[in-house]
Amino acid sequence: MKIGILVNEGPYTHQASDSAYQFAVAALKAGHKVTRVFFYHDGVYNGSSLTEPPRDDRLIVERWGKLAAQYEVDLVVCVAAALRRGIREQNLAEGFRISGLGQLVEAGIQNDRLVVFGD
Amino acid sequence: MLHTVNKSPFASPTLTQCVGHLTDGAAVLLIEDAVVGATEGTASGALLAKCLKTHPVYVLRPDLMARGIGEGRLVKGVQCVDYAGFVTLVTEHDAVQSWL
Repeated sequence: MKIGILVNEGPYTHQASDSAYQFAVAALKAGHKVTRVFFYHDGVYNGSSLTEPPRDDRLIVERWGKLAAQYEVDLVVCVAAALRRGIREQNLAEGFRISGLGQLVEAGIQNDRLVVFGD
Repeated sequence: MLHTVNKSPFASPTLTQCVGHLTDGAAVLLIEDAVVGATEGTASGALLAKCLKTHPVYVLRPDLMARGIGEGRLVKGVQCVDYAGFVTLVTEHDAVQSWL
């Protein structure tokens, strides 16, 4: 089954990002295809290359990128939400790309399910 | 439809609102802070006990464990699932409604 995920909250401030990641991993392990994770509102902070958590903490930004590389997950950061928060191509983490809200609509149309994580 | 709720019913009305919107075949999954709502002897526990007569109610086990709540404290009939079970619930229902 094809699954799309929407993340509306930033890492380290709310559980949404962790929940979304754990869900994505479980879905991929079960053999489903997670085609796209769309990061909206404060969720765009998941794609900031400037984050530097302590090394004994979970590396939320990095692990999204690794997941994307391993399973070909399209990580899309909303352009308007990103620019508002100072996230642009120059500080976009590996594995992410910046695009518009149309990508969220498309994820809703082209996937069998769209699962939302937020506050 | 699968309804997911992520807030404690002691802090937000979403669980009550969600239960009020359930249609035939719907199920409820409590994740994150919402898991506390499934504990026995609380107002939300009573709400879920009533809800269980017509709809299945699930709790995400890792979130329950993270909050130090043993499965024995849950309302009878509430089922625990892990993330794999979460995925199965999503695939078994035609759509997912996240109450945020």
